[in-house]
Amino acid sequence: MAAVAHDAHGHHDDHGHHEESFVSKYIFSQDHKMISKQFLMTAVFMGVVAMLLSILFRIQLAWPGESSDFLSFFLGDQWAPGGVLSEDMYLGLVTIHGTIMVFFLLTGGLSGTFSNLLIPYQLGARDMASGFLNMLSYWFFFISSGLMFISLFIETGPAMAGWTIYPPLSALPQAISGSGLGMTLWLASMTIFIASSLIGSLNYIVTVLNLRTKGMSMTRMPLTIWAFFVTAILGVLSFPVLLSAALLLMMDRLAGTSFYLSDIIVQGEMLTNHGGSPILYQHLFWFLGHPEVYIVLLPALGLSSEVISTNARKPIFGYRAMIGSILAIGFLSFIVWAHHMFVTGMNPFLGSVFVFTTLLIAIPSAVKVFNYITTLWKGSIVFTPAMLFAIGLVSTFITGGVTGIILADAALDITTHDTYFVVAHFHVVMGLSAVFGMFAGVYHWFPKMYGKMMNKKLGYMHFWITIVGAYGVFFPMHFVGLAGAPRRYYDYSVYGDNDIDSYTQMMDLNVIITVFAIIAALGQLLFLFNFFYSIFRGPASPQNPWKSNTLEWTTPVEHIHGNWPGELPTVHRWPYDYSKPGAEEDFIPQTVPLAEGEEEH
Amino acid sequence: MVTKLIILLVIVLGVVAAAQLMRLYELSAKMRKEGEHDISRRDNRLNAGLMLAFMIVLFGGFIWLMVQYGWVGRGEAASVHGHELDWLLNLNFVIVIAVFFLCNFLLFFYAWKYVKKPGVPAYYFPHDNKLEMVWTVIPAIVLAVIIIFGLRSWNSVTDQAPDDAVVVELFSKQFDWTARYSGEDNKLGKFDYKLTEDAKNELALMTTESIQEAIDSMQMGLKGIDNLESQLNDRHIMLTPEDRDAKRKDLGNKEKLIRLLHQMKAKHDSKIDKQALDDFIVKDTLYLCKGQEYEFNFRSKDVIHSAYFPHFRAQMNTVPGQTTRFKFTPDKTTTEMRESRGVENFNYVLYCNKICGGSHYKMKMIIVVLEKDAYDAWAAVKMNGVKNADGTYATVPAIFDAIQHPEKYPTAAPAAPEDPSEGETEEAEGGEAVEPVEPEVAALEPENAE
Repeated sequence: MAAVAHDAHGHHDDHGHHEESFVSKYIFSQDHKMISKQFLMTAVFMGVVAMLLSILFRIQLAWPGESSDFLSFFLGDQWAPGGVLSEDMYLGLVTIHGTIMVFFLLTGGLSGTFSNLLIPYQLGARDMASGFLNMLSYWFFFISSGLMFISLFIETGPAMAGWTIYPPLSALPQAISGSGLGMTLWLASMTIFIASSLIGSLNYIVTVLNLRTKGMSMTRMPLTIWAFFVTAILGVLSFPVLLSAALLLMMDRLAGTSFYLSDIIVQGEMLTNHGGSPILYQHLFWFLGHPEVYIVLLPALGLSSEVISTNARKPIFGYRAMIGSILAIGFLSFIVWAHHMFVTGMNPFLGSVFVFTTLLIAIPSAVKVFNYITTLWKGSIVFTPAMLFAIGLVSTFITGGVTGIILADAALDITTHDTYFVVAHFHVVMGLSAVFGMFAGVYHWFPKMYGKMMNKKLGYMHFWITIVGAYGVFFPMHFVGLAGAPRRYYDYSVYGDNDIDSYTQMMDLNVIITVFAIIAALGQLLFLFNFFYSIFRGPASPQNPWKSNTLEWTTPVEHIHGNWPGELPTVHRWPYDYSKPGAEEDFIPQTVPLAEGEEEH
Repeated sequence: MVTKLIILLVIVLGVVAAAQLMRLYELSAKMRKEGEHDISRRDNRLNAGLMLAFMIVLFGGFIWLMVQYGWVGRGEAASVHGHELDWLLNLNFVIVIAVFFLCNFLLFFYAWKYVKKPGVPAYYFPHDNKLEMVWTVIPAIVLAVIIIFGLRSWNSVTDQAPDDAVVVELFSKQFDWTARYSGEDNKLGKFDYKLTEDAKNELALMTTESIQEAIDSMQMGLKGIDNLESQLNDRHIMLTPEDRDAKRKDLGNKEKLIRLLHQMKAKHDSKIDKQALDDFIVKDTLYLCKGQEYEFNFRSKDVIHSAYFPHFRAQMNTVPGQTTRFKFTPDKTTTEMRESRGVENFNYVLYCNKICGGSHYKMKMIIVVLEKDAYDAWAAVKMNGVKNADGTYATVPAIFDAIQHPEKYPTAAPAAPEDPSEGETEEAEGGEAVEPVEPEVAALEPENAE
């Protein structure tokens, strides 16, 4: 810490002379801006992979058993003999799709990119508290991404036990082929990922607490920083529990322990394990798993708070209530985990406690939604692509949030548990909201990251295709779930013999869903093209393209080591003085001192 | 190969073409002196309009889905508590849908209405404690209502079953279900997974005899300890190192297990044997009696499965190493449900709803709910069998004892006489030798029994 501060002081004048080699600038960089770009690139790659996997299994679900060149092109004869997806690989695709999306895109990608970019920028810091740990965090992430990706190509297939990898299925290679080497790679990859996440989170927390510039009190921090801060705390408290769950599972697999295994006969082989409990694993997993939902969601909400306020040209409504609800959500997220386990055989009384705590979370969430809506009210809305995505996020947060009320109700969860209703719910509230938040972030801060502008027309097209496609996929999916469809079924034709009503409903809707999924996936090509084209050939960005108040827009467009030439900026006000009566412009950057007689918010 | 090359070429050309279009667009933007960060009035109005249009499409789509599919696939509940849960679901839906419409409407409507207009500044409105209070308290009240109703149902559904509930065990393994009825005493016999014998004692029931048999087969069976030892010690048998390791490991496990079996034998009280001996086992089809409360116990042999009865609004995971439970009372026979749905071949089904392996989706069991008379007749056949005039069994009693001692139940020549009815449900297929003809299938169709 002291070293960094010292370094920062005696350093200003010789930036220009600071020769950096290619390796230290682009590869093993310790600069938060470069690391954030590295996170983003890796996440974009992983996101594309995970999206492609989902298209592959959507084809099977819409047209079960029909041969497809597309499938045989990607999966070959082993996993798609004759162009028909194999049963095992179907589960493999589902598992890796979920894992990559939740952990690599929406945890590593979202937090990694924007915490790294914005924490130093918006706090007025020269860099992260520890540049080296930051670099380490990225390279651990990179290695774990690599391992997860490689696991798709091994002979016995990737992990196939679902992204929650419940033992005993995940512990017994005899039970499914993916629980062999594939699961070992999954566990190794996740272990490294957790290390990356922990190192990153500790760094974020320290930076937020210690490296705020002069005048940047906690209550003058932008909501983005509040969100990243709470996210990092959640990560530090919950990821170690996942690590322990994974380690115990590894011991069960490799060392013959019985943490999760008891009285099992698999493929005719009688195991000697006795006394373990698979439910123990579920408790450990969901102790991370539920905070994880908010680790994914809070950064997206933070980003959209900033984007909505800037582009509505209005202060975010209820700044302190927003902070309060972030904290409340963060706290509550730790005492709701067992709502994933109402029908696992857990004591029903325990279940009722978790019903209560889970439904409490709806209150701070509702506060956030109403505050966003009130921020739009009587605003002067500028529809940048980022703003569109932020509004999309609020919509999906509402739509996905309300179905959570049904699932949190243990009595109703009995029938909806593990059906497509759940799949639809969490894809909308967590998946779409976080992805929309991430897109909003990319469109909004692209100028800051690359010094170039992205094309807005393509951005508009991208948004409208994405939101139509996304709702087109996940709205009908609720009704597939209402028809009773269990998740992770390879083929819903099994319903045809006995329950024709359910069968028709599932099969009709599955085709609609797949068509929309393909449209939405193609829509992402617009983004990819826009993104990469703009990095190289986009028009240069002005200093403060969105007329925003926060500190990052006071840095030069050209990235420099230490962010600000000369002294660090001093902060005099909160970040949301948009359209303040009496001001000349409709925005007042945080660095502008209070005018004579002006009251701070 | 050629097609792949062409596809690649098309992609490359597509990207190049898009890049050229972008250049063109950028040049024209430069001419207009409009940067990517300047959002023109036209852009704003276009997007604002689209917001409103999207909202209408979204709401329209939702209403269409709700009308078309809202209650169709789910169908009406077929159990007593199921009706209560459906009522609760509908109540929740009313609340949730109201919130969905209200919030999305405000969001998209404001997005459309308050689009930037020249000369109209935004209204500086940073906070208002009264408003915050309103939308903290109102959701809290609504949630309190939801919680109270929800927990009331949850408690009654998960409560202990009364004593007169019939106890049935559902045993799950990759990838099928087996049911064990508790028989005359309404008590399930004890079990221990170490007693599992594939053909004879699949559910690992514990009796004096089954313990002895398990010990014998583990000691002297084909893959028993004696055989393993002799294979490992016999110098004339060539074994690959992997084979040898596997056999050693197997032997070690079996020695451990057999010690436990001997302990079990020493502790076993033969008085409880009859709890197991009157149990009867049924595969493929689960028969239930309308109006009878059932206490289901669930077991798993290998991995976690989930007993999912969508029509009865019931679900419980089956967990290896422990027993889970769920109770419900079917209140509509299969025949009644067929009539009320107007679907002739409708059947209640028990599905697996926890990922359990490649064929997870095929793991199911037909459930047939019968009127009391028909059910009792079926259960009597299962318990006591049906005798021919010559004293042989036309239908063997499907009790555990029968599996262990087929000689007690001499059957007339090759197979049981053919069932007169044609058997429209498919439960007759795939049964084992013990599986008798199903007189109840005939009883299922006509309602004239009473």
